[in-house]
Amino acid sequence: MHPPKDIHQEISEIRSLMERSSRFISLSGLSGIFAGIFALGGAAIAYLLLKKEYGSASLYQDQNISPDLIQWLLLDALGIIVLAVATGIYFTTRNAKKKGLKTWDHTTKRVLSNLLLPLATGGLFCLILIFQQFIVLVAPATLIFYGLALINASKYTLSDIRYLGIIEISLGLLASFFLGYGLLFWSIGFGLMHILYGTIMYFKYEK
Amino acid sequence: MKNYISKLNKAFENRLRLGIMSILVVNDWVEFNTLKETLEATDGNLASHLNSLEKLKLIEIRKQFVGKKPNTSYRVTEEGKGAFAEHITALEQLIQQQIKN
Repeated sequence: MHPPKDIHQEISEIRSLMERSSRFISLSGLSGIFAGIFALGGAAIAYLLLKKEYGSASLYQDQNISPDLIQWLLLDALGIIVLAVATGIYFTTRNAKKKGLKTWDHTTKRVLSNLLLPLATGGLFCLILIFQQFIVLVAPATLIFYGLALINASKYTLSDIRYLGIIEISLGLLASFFLGYGLLFWSIGFGLMHILYGTIMYFKYEK
Repeated sequence: MKNYISKLNKAFENRLRLGIMSILVVNDWVEFNTLKETLEATDGNLASHLNSLEKLKLIEIRKQFVGKKPNTSYRVTEEGKGAFAEHITALEQLIQQQIKN
């Protein structure tokens, strides 16, 4: 038996196949940056809504929030989610094309199912919190469940996501301790952290 | 030099077979079509190499029916994992030797 002509090429092919087949690597840092910008915009709207109603943006445990305001805040949140997901899909599809990969394959399905299970649980839990009048815990809960979802999905995509998940969980725990500052922690977690992480990932993997 | 080359597994001499093994060692049960797309191989060529790897007991086959469609998946055996690891080690040693020379 003779040695392969170019061992280096052979090894790099093996590595690329292992990575491509087991991990979803098309995730674009740009989608993180835009998600962060939308989150900050949405948080600013929430701040204005709360300030108009109470004169300050911090909520307190015994505060009764009008159903009307809750409706507007939910609409605000829904707007952020729709915009973030839409730009996320756009930039990730673009990134996949650039790498010559398929956007929708078994790695995409695997990363989505691992992300969505904890995330949907968190979403339902937050709706229950609102229904049960624990409004002040909603922002911390979104951070905690989002962090858990990221950690769960990180096994099947770029592993850096794991650390973002740990940061989100820490912020969520802090936010549930310092009740009333939910919006501030939420803006850091979903706004600043996404922009920061998106930028790092963009320069690390796409430049 | 000869020593390391003899450690290279003959079963993986073919590029497609090495590709199949690379995918299977990091995944649990991979479908035929996924292998085909990732490796950009033709049905016949891929099937024949999968069969030879199975005959060598390096991979195992699972046949299921999804509705009325047959669905075949593949997984690496413990033996296959070991053989692949040895092959990679031999490749690494060959590189080390190339650097020295």
